[in-house]
Amino acid sequence: MNLFLDALRWIFSPERLEGSYALPILLAQQLYYTAVAVAIAAVIAVPLGWLIGHTGRGREAAVAISGAARAIPSFGLLILLVLVFGVLRTPQAAIVTFVLLAIPSLLAGAYSGLEAIDRRTVDAARAMGMTEWQILWRVEVPLGLPLLIGGLRAATLQVVATVTIAAYVNLGGLGWPIIQGIPLRRFDQVLGGALLVAVLALVLDFLLGMLQRAVVPRGLRETRSGRRAAPKNSADPAPRAAVAAG
Amino acid sequence: MGWIGDNLGLIGGLGLEHLRQSAIAIVLGFALSLPLGWVAWRYRLVRGWVITITGLLYTIPSLALLILLPTIVGYSPISQTNLIVALTIYAVAILVRAVADGLDSVDPAVRQSATALGYGSARRFWAVELPLAGPVILAGLRVTAVSTISLATVGALVGVGNLGYLFTNGLQRRIIAEVLAGVVAVVVIALVIDLLLLLAGRALMPWARPDGRRARRRRVRAALPMGTTA
Repeated sequence: MNLFLDALRWIFSPERLEGSYALPILLAQQLYYTAVAVAIAAVIAVPLGWLIGHTGRGREAAVAISGAARAIPSFGLLILLVLVFGVLRTPQAAIVTFVLLAIPSLLAGAYSGLEAIDRRTVDAARAMGMTEWQILWRVEVPLGLPLLIGGLRAATLQVVATVTIAAYVNLGGLGWPIIQGIPLRRFDQVLGGALLVAVLALVLDFLLGMLQRAVVPRGLRETRSGRRAAPKNSADPAPRAAVAAG
Repeated sequence: MGWIGDNLGLIGGLGLEHLRQSAIAIVLGFALSLPLGWVAWRYRLVRGWVITITGLLYTIPSLALLILLPTIVGYSPISQTNLIVALTIYAVAILVRAVADGLDSVDPAVRQSATALGYGSARRFWAVELPLAGPVILAGLRVTAVSTISLATVGALVGVGNLGYLFTNGLQRRIIAEVLAGVVAVVVIALVIDLLLLLAGRALMPWARPDGRRARRRRVRAALPMGTTA
């Protein structure tokens, strides 16, 4: 338990605000890589997921590819891409790694959100004379939003946890005190870094959980309140462990 | 590619070690998750807690867990025990929910029929509920197996020997083939284990085979959490 006190002392020491490895800088780096990677992944995966969900085609392929992608160790992929891209392009290699990591969860969130919609609702929209675009934008997307945000939540957690290993290829981030501290046996800073990453992950999870709840359309909130909606929405954390830093 | 040919022994040895560490964690995680999942399913009050706590476990980055655990429990961070315990925790986090969801998926009418036929709660669990929950649990187990095998590589960062060593060593020596061999070996092991679990599931649960229309629909639903977690 003393080590915990040491770690807290390390975190709150005034020295942590100095130099190029100051904690606010490391935190900003961690968030920067997470945000950029998740944003790029969303631009790729969300339209694709909606397409799969709307047309009902390509789902099997998406599931198979997502499953296979889960088997790829991010840690190994990062190092492989760093070596292939060259040392000067390390940040790009990291972004590509994290984008690939985020895509399966976002894709699954996008198409499962559309798939979970009662077919009768979509048929009713079509019967009212809505065009396919209107059905997608006014019916399917709003109704699928909670599961999409669930996918975003899973992807963000996977990425923010995995960005920790970016420090191994000298990209900074909150993994830096951990990676640098292990060979030096400086366990106060190792534990300090680990605590900060865990806290950051918990905060992001909490915020995205709130967002997930906030985007439930009003119509759904009344009919499907509480328990029935809960198990499905909460089915998403499983991905996180999967990639907690793979 | 010359590197791979010269080091097949090393890759094989690390692969076996990797497989052994992952397998222990997967089996331990499964053994712990059955009773925990049952408790979570049986007692609604506990369920909220179990789901929340396992959800929180997910948010701890593996590198952080590999450092935090030895600090709390007091063993060496570079020991295999450390890696296996951490992997087991992640496995439990996925599987407890899968077991509870699986038991949820059992038709209450079937449960009542079993009770009406005179099945006690223990016999009903083993003979009726667990087999019927099997497909959902298997879906969770497959996710767990693949992610555990992939995640185990992080152990190399704290000095545990497995295929992750090829990544750290390959980066230091700038040998692309070595890193590539590691990635491919991990993916191959994960996919082979996934396939074995799928085949074992088919053999043990012939009723879950996707031949009929109803069976397929059920399978799709069972696969949903898996897809979401991908």
